[in-house]
Amino acid sequence: MEVFIQQLINGLTLGSIYGLIAIGYTMVFGIIGMVNFAHGDVFMVSTFVALICFLLLTTVLGITSIFLALAIVLVVAMFFTSLTNWAIERVAYRPLRGSFRLAPMISAIGMSIFLANFVQVSQGPRNKPVPPMVTDVIVLMDSGGYQVTLAWKQVIIMVVTAALLMGFWYLVQKTSLGRAQRACEQDRKMAALLGINVDHTISLTFVIGAALAAVAGVMYMMYYGVAHFADGFVPGVKAFTAAVLGGIGSLPGAVLGGLLIGLIETFWSAYFSIEYKDVAAFSILAITLIFMPQGLLGRPEVEKV
Amino acid sequence: MAVQLADTAPARAHTPLMAHAFKDAFLAGLVALGLFGPLIGFETIVIDGALGLTYRPMTLAVMVGIIFVGRLILNLTVWSPNRRPRISTGPTVFDRMGTTVGPAVKPALLGLAIFFPLLAVLGLGGLSESRYLIDLGILILTYVMLGWGLNIVVGLAGLLDLGYVAFYAVGAYTYALLATSAPINDFFAGLLGETFWANWAFWICLPMAGLFAGVWGMILGFPVLRLRGDYLAIVTLAFGEIIRLVLINWVDFTGGGAGIASIPRATFFGIPFNASEDGFAALFGIPFDPMHRIIFLYFVILALAMLTAFVTVRLRKLPVGRAWEALREDEIACRSLGINTTNVKLSAFATGAMFGGFAGCFFAVRAGFVSPESFTFDISAMILAIVVLGGMGSQIGVAVAAAVMMGGMEMLRNLGFLTQVFGNDFDPSLYRMLLFGFAMVAIMVWKPRGLVSTRDPTIFLKERKAVSGDHVKEGHG
Repeated sequence: MEVFIQQLINGLTLGSIYGLIAIGYTMVFGIIGMVNFAHGDVFMVSTFVALICFLLLTTVLGITSIFLALAIVLVVAMFFTSLTNWAIERVAYRPLRGSFRLAPMISAIGMSIFLANFVQVSQGPRNKPVPPMVTDVIVLMDSGGYQVTLAWKQVIIMVVTAALLMGFWYLVQKTSLGRAQRACEQDRKMAALLGINVDHTISLTFVIGAALAAVAGVMYMMYYGVAHFADGFVPGVKAFTAAVLGGIGSLPGAVLGGLLIGLIETFWSAYFSIEYKDVAAFSILAITLIFMPQGLLGRPEVEKV
Repeated sequence: MAVQLADTAPARAHTPLMAHAFKDAFLAGLVALGLFGPLIGFETIVIDGALGLTYRPMTLAVMVGIIFVGRLILNLTVWSPNRRPRISTGPTVFDRMGTTVGPAVKPALLGLAIFFPLLAVLGLGGLSESRYLIDLGILILTYVMLGWGLNIVVGLAGLLDLGYVAFYAVGAYTYALLATSAPINDFFAGLLGETFWANWAFWICLPMAGLFAGVWGMILGFPVLRLRGDYLAIVTLAFGEIIRLVLINWVDFTGGGAGIASIPRATFFGIPFNASEDGFAALFGIPFDPMHRIIFLYFVILALAMLTAFVTVRLRKLPVGRAWEALREDEIACRSLGINTTNVKLSAFATGAMFGGFAGCFFAVRAGFVSPESFTFDISAMILAIVVLGGMGSQIGVAVAAAVMMGGMEMLRNLGFLTQVFGNDFDPSLYRMLLFGFAMVAIMVWKPRGLVSTRDPTIFLKERKAVSGDHVKEGHG
């Protein structure tokens, strides 16, 4: 029982991170129908931006309040990551609209390889151990030897994720930008005819997706205390799995899928084998796509001529 | 009057043009500063166990400067509104070059490939001196073969396979396991007798490797081939990773992360390449040299690559090959015409996988050692990049792309002046994947049907369409 609750807490934390990344996949897929393969690497770039900013704040500027530093890091990482994703869309995806079917996907794979290796070349191939930031824990249960703990950093992750998702929900549902986005999702040509600047809306979609990925990146760096150039690949595929599981194109689905994947991964590691946890996640991706391609909350897709 | 206006307008627009060009370049520089600022301007390094920062303002300034100046030059020349777009009707210089030189290219390249060891030995004046070049030739040919294998899947059938390395791994492990008897003997627990599983020869394992990889291709392909393009890509990627993770974690059978070492070396159809009485050298009455084995391996991979090319060329003329190409161009039309798309896709997938298996078997016999480290996603990405750069579907293009990307990078390593420019710790192979990634994006943006060569469908109705495939959406024009 104690193990179960502990794993539940860990799984929800991990799931929040996956959910934040998954939103980026699902939004882009919804609006232009492509899998932004580079999104995982955009997430990885954001961990590096966050790391550099954090080091700059603490070692050079000497800020001692960890929460102030984290808040600044969050904003800075969101800004630079959004800029990166905006530039990627402009350079690598926008010229390909209307090109042949595989073109955007291949371009995205190229971009993904480019980003990972750009970081490897510029920051070095070694693991970057991040100094521990928030180490306090709350002991929830103590039953002779096994403590169920809730770390403050887990609280931070869940609270920040929930707050951001609410803000994001408001943005998509209530603002004119959100309306434009949903209109482009339904019918891009018609939206353009009705005076929506489609290019602009798509750019903003990439910016928002990257900003959420940056939040996930900061949280990831804080939680695991490490940054590595190849760390975008596996979380990226898992977040994509989350998006597919929840129903690609559906925003609540992405969050739900993220939480599910996080839970499945932690429970699998705890009760079965930690070596095969990635296999479990990848298998879920394959099984979902084969048997339930519309996902939990998605709409079935109709292929038209 | 109108004519006059048209003539004088550009002259008056000159100053705003300059201002606009500068403004645009300045903005591009600003964006570049934002993109490169954090990652190039600072470097995180570990000092005494703790992370610290070093600063690289000069590198950052150079990068941003390149973007600014490049954009400015582009604004003033290629993208200038005054520049009249050249409307070319006839074939371009390259097309004409292609038609005149084209027919001679293939035999010339084949001749070069066949006589390459001889040329290397003569040019460098000795067997052991040419070792480096012939090893490089083997590496290039392995990638040529992998590229051609993947080309069947991606180039001909239009299925994006990101897990191609899985089949390469299946082939390599097939040979590694069958040729070294211990783990597989334990696995089958004496089934078919103790001696049955011991030390299978390379020439028996080679077809087995292809067969196994092909069967794996079918097993993996069957459930996923109904998926649309980008889903298929991600699922194949997931399968590639699953196979690698299983290879790492199934320690009893595959040796885990340590891999399988001391795999038997290639023999000349049973005659070993050693200095003994019944060795290759003694039998042919020539002095023993370890290079004999390397040169033999070179010809093995050359033959395998040629087999791949030959089979592909022949298959393209069969109904199944036509169906692959039709599938690539328009899947819905194929289905409407009664083609069983699942079977057609599956055949492409399995054929491609089979050649990947052959290449994997060769890899195992050449290296004498296999481990999961050799079968990462990077290899899949590299092969895909070769296919994309070469022009999806084109045989010669893929070969040239493999030679340039693998050989060119290797050559760069030996250029002395590069280390003088970039400092002593400059290693071009670090930049290989960076260039691959960049090139893939660039090709897709500028020449989506390939840089080296393009390939139109082998067969077409009545006449070749005037509009090339680059300019139209899939299935139109």
